[in-house]
Amino acid sequence: MKDFNYHSAKDSKEASKLASSSSAFLAGGMTTIPSMKLGLATYKDLIDIKNIKKLSGIKVSGKSVTIGAATKHVEVSNSKDVKKAIPSLSSLAEGIGDPQVRNRGTIGGSIANNDPSADYPSACIALNATIHTNERKIEAAKFFKGMFETALKKGELIEAIEFQIPEKSSYQKHPNPASRYAIVGVYVAKHKGDVNVAVTGAKSCVYNDKEMSKALTGNFSSSSIDGMDLDSSEMNSDMHASADFRASLVVTQAKKAVDAC
Amino acid sequence: MASLVGSRVERKEDKRFLTGKGRYTADINLANQTYAIFVRSPHARASIKKLNIDKALKSSGVVSILTGKEIADDKIGGLIAGWAIRSEDGTEMKCPGNPPLAKDNVNFVGDPVAVVIAESLAEAKEAAEKVEVDYKVLKAVTSTADAMNGDTIHEGIDKNLCFDWLLGDRQKVKEAFDKADKVISIDIINNRLIPNAMEPRACVADYNAASEEITLYTTSQNPHLSRLIMSAFGNVAPEHKLRVVAPDVGGGFGSKINVYNEDIVCSWAAKKINRAIKWVAERSESFLTDIHGRDHVTHAELAVTKDGKFLGFKNETIANLGAYARVFGTVTPTYLFGPCATGVYEIPAAYTNVKAVYTNTAPVDAYRGAGRPEATYTIERLVEKASMELGIDKTELRIKNFPTAFPFKQTLVHTVDSGDYVAGMEKAKQMADYKGFDARRKESEAKGKLRGIGVTSYFEACGIAPSAAVMSLGCGVGLWESAEVRFNPTGQVTVYTGSHSHGQSHQTTFAQIAADELGVPIENIDIVHGDTDKGTFGMGTYGSRSLAVGGIAIVNACKKIVEKGKRVTAKMLEANPEDVEFKDGEFIVSKSNKKKTIGEVAFACYLPGVRDEMKSPLPEGDEPGLKETSFYDPSNFSFPAGTHIAEVEIDPETGHVKLEKYTACDDFGRIINPMVVEGQVHGGLAQGIGQALYENAEYDETGQLMTGSYMDYTMPRADNFPEFNIGYTCTHATTNPLGVKGCGEAGAIAAPPTVMNAVIDALGGQEVTMPATAEKVWKACKNLKKSNAKAA
Ligand SMILES: Cc1cc2nc3c(=O)[nH]c(=O)nc-3n(C[C@H](O)[C@H](O)[C@H](O)COP(=O)(O)OP(=O)(O)OC[C@H]3O[C@@H](n4cnc5c(N)ncnc54)[C@H](O)[C@@H]3O)c2cc1C
Repeated sequence: MKDFNYHSAKDSKEASKLASSSSAFLAGGMTTIPSMKLGLATYKDLIDIKNIKKLSGIKVSGKSVTIGAATKHVEVSNSKDVKKAIPSLSSLAEGIGDPQVRNRGTIGGSIANNDPSADYPSACIALNATIHTNERKIEAAKFFKGMFETALKKGELIEAIEFQIPEKSSYQKHPNPASRYAIVGVYVAKHKGDVNVAVTGAKSCVYNDKEMSKALTGNFSSSSIDGMDLDSSEMNSDMHASADFRASLVVTQAKKAVDAC
Repeated sequence: MASLVGSRVERKEDKRFLTGKGRYTADINLANQTYAIFVRSPHARASIKKLNIDKALKSSGVVSILTGKEIADDKIGGLIAGWAIRSEDGTEMKCPGNPPLAKDNVNFVGDPVAVVIAESLAEAKEAAEKVEVDYKVLKAVTSTADAMNGDTIHEGIDKNLCFDWLLGDRQKVKEAFDKADKVISIDIINNRLIPNAMEPRACVADYNAASEEITLYTTSQNPHLSRLIMSAFGNVAPEHKLRVVAPDVGGGFGSKINVYNEDIVCSWAAKKINRAIKWVAERSESFLTDIHGRDHVTHAELAVTKDGKFLGFKNETIANLGAYARVFGTVTPTYLFGPCATGVYEIPAAYTNVKAVYTNTAPVDAYRGAGRPEATYTIERLVEKASMELGIDKTELRIKNFPTAFPFKQTLVHTVDSGDYVAGMEKAKQMADYKGFDARRKESEAKGKLRGIGVTSYFEACGIAPSAAVMSLGCGVGLWESAEVRFNPTGQVTVYTGSHSHGQSHQTTFAQIAADELGVPIENIDIVHGDTDKGTFGMGTYGSRSLAVGGIAIVNACKKIVEKGKRVTAKMLEANPEDVEFKDGEFIVSKSNKKKTIGEVAFACYLPGVRDEMKSPLPEGDEPGLKETSFYDPSNFSFPAGTHIAEVEIDPETGHVKLEKYTACDDFGRIINPMVVEGQVHGGLAQGIGQALYENAEYDETGQLMTGSYMDYTMPRADNFPEFNIGYTCTHATTNPLGVKGCGEAGAIAAPPTVMNAVIDALGGQEVTMPATAEKVWKACKNLKKSNAKAA
């Protein structure tokens, strides 16, 4: 690993002031540190944001659950409040990586990174999340731009993620057997009025499957999407799963999610 | 005194391991040490046009940079194949040179071309990036099946063929096939695996300019053998000036048998720079450069009568050796494979033909089971297919062809001394509730799932091996083992063994054996291994040989101690040695009932005299001291055997295979410590099931390893397995005094066909290759649905 400067910011303002084109925020470090060790990324400055009090913690109101950006996966998976308000969100967190990763990795780091196979982005889409940054509020639907790409500007810091509490929801992941990231993960959330079917792992970026959402909004039963033949032309294909297999898994996992709701 | 052999004695080594007090090679730091980083080829096949170290030499902290040129100039030898295999046409195998640092050509991604030695690891890494190598990239050969049609990798080795070997009689087989009612044939791939020991390879080399001695601490399964190879072939130093220490080693599975490039380079370079050098592999280096396992492409046929008697067997295999032939690289796909390929069956005629090919991939060598998993997979997949095609129950068909008497003269090479295969099968069926399977299948079907059951009956030849036999087959060394048993004057015992424990619990099981033989409490017995300066020469640990060969050497050395003790007791008590009996640590004169404890005898041996008398307690001709050595050369291999049964449930929508039940009923002969044996079985099963369902080393057509990290190479985890159902039948080996057979590899040998037979059973007989990943199984389920629809 190349040498770098370590800074610990005491608040959001200091953190974003320290940021530059050759810096990264250090949250859990579960993505940043391995990339630096493998020489895939080099930074001059790492700005530790874990000591910013405001960024950690979970708040539940009548309609929403708000999670501080530096809250660890393990905190979300263990939170009684989350379990009660949105049980599928806590079980999603429980299914990320392994205990070591969950004990360090954070929700903010996960969505800022926007790995096409990460789990949390699907929750953001399915649960109509609002991403609170030090500068503004961004709707999830406008936040995830593409592979490892988000609407964040340089130095912009995510402070919290606010999830809308659905009537029912479930996240079903078909994990990559090696890494246990999602080969396909489908987050189904039934809100008053409409249903979101957020899909991760299948394409270059998380998305809401309009076709399935529509079918399920009409009739919230797995039979209404059974046998659906999704277009696989934009789906990922790698040694773990071809595009066709992924297309089939999206429907299968969505059905499982609906049945589990 | 109660016998310790057979009881669950707690592991002596656990205190050290569980409290973080293990001492592995990477824990060793020497004064003034430097750090090595190897510059490795990023290409699978290339010639080196130019190598420029000027910039790197100027990098901060650099002590030295050495390349293939210096190593060639110093006449340091390369890595070698330990077995000479002869082709069917009588010609000797063809092996390329394998210099520790490549000078002219690189042949796989990871092949080292230079070593950078610096004051710190970070500086070594930084400088290594500045070494400029100008490669002319050549077309790589990566496919096992097509290797013979690829460009010639090594000059002078036509068709990339190392040897084309035959075991058996083609003519007899042809005659058997002519008489057959039916021929079952199968095409299978034995997937390439990466051993993935938990501790990556490492070495620390030190040079003492005054004594001119090199000390190498390294992650080896066989330090004595490593020293021999490094000295005799590597020309690193004469044996008496080279000490090899393999301290705690965190798993080997065969991958740490070989002497590796880094061992030779660091030892040689430490002397050159007159400083200690430390190298620890990063995990990605382990993926690229540890030996890999398996990688066979096989076509096999079984000739049968309509009522299920086996008449003949053919096995045509292409085995991938990777870029170079290494220590057990050539014997693994031949003598460790061919003889076992006819399995536990009486088959009158058989042959195995193996074409071993070079490719631009990491060298392939012995990995847990070495050859026997490939053999068992071949025959057991074939037998399962025969049962489907003949409509004979899979267990009945096997029993029908089991040997009826022991010793069992197996078709090709081995004479199996002992066993009871029918009893093993019956017990396994009971343990697995074989009868209840149909009901369970119906339950699964009611949930929309597919359920399958798979059986494997195996035997394997381990406890390697009689020296005369292996040397006649081309082995470069004899495969005996040594032990030295030393009493201290005050009665504690140190046992030096040539075996090496890297997870096998020798410290405990060997001490159990010595405790029983000598009647000394186990707390007073220490097992020492892993250092060429301590104890006599030994051949190391692999091929489930530690107990069946190394353990017997301990028994024999103990017996010599007891013999001497009898003579000494007789002299002390003025009796005839023939009248002295030894039991539970006491020498008793049968006529007078007078006795001496073994501790008293040891004491007397070290202090041969008594106050006021000019009298030695030692009989004439006996020297002072109590220390005996044994070199034990086994008279035969040992032959563990057993039946395993697996049950899987498949979700046809996702292709997910869930291993529901796994039953292993093994015959390992006498069991020294059941707890340790369970651990060995569990580990072997995990690796065998890993091969069947998860693990696969995949290269792309340019020779890049696609599965070079745990993000892509699926190491099985605990939650992939059900609770294993383990049982034993126990027939003692007749060829060694303990009656032991060996248990280290059985799980890895039996599990792949057992699991795959279950998967394929669930899929209505459709073949899928290992590993049975979700996508492959999902596709097979779709086909099954289609063909069922057609049939309906
Ligand atoms: C072995 C392993 C397995 C894993 N398995 C999974 C899995 O199954 N599913 C899954 O979803 N993920 C998985 N992950 C990823 C894990 O969830 C990471 O924790 C996550 O991707 C990054 O979070 P982090 O807190 O570690 O971020 P860091 O590594 O600290 O930072 C990552 C990036 O996010 C930026 N960043 C961090 N916080 C903020 C913020 N508040 N505002 C703006 N930018 C920020 C940083 O600048 C950096 O560029 C795995 C990781 C590992 C190592």
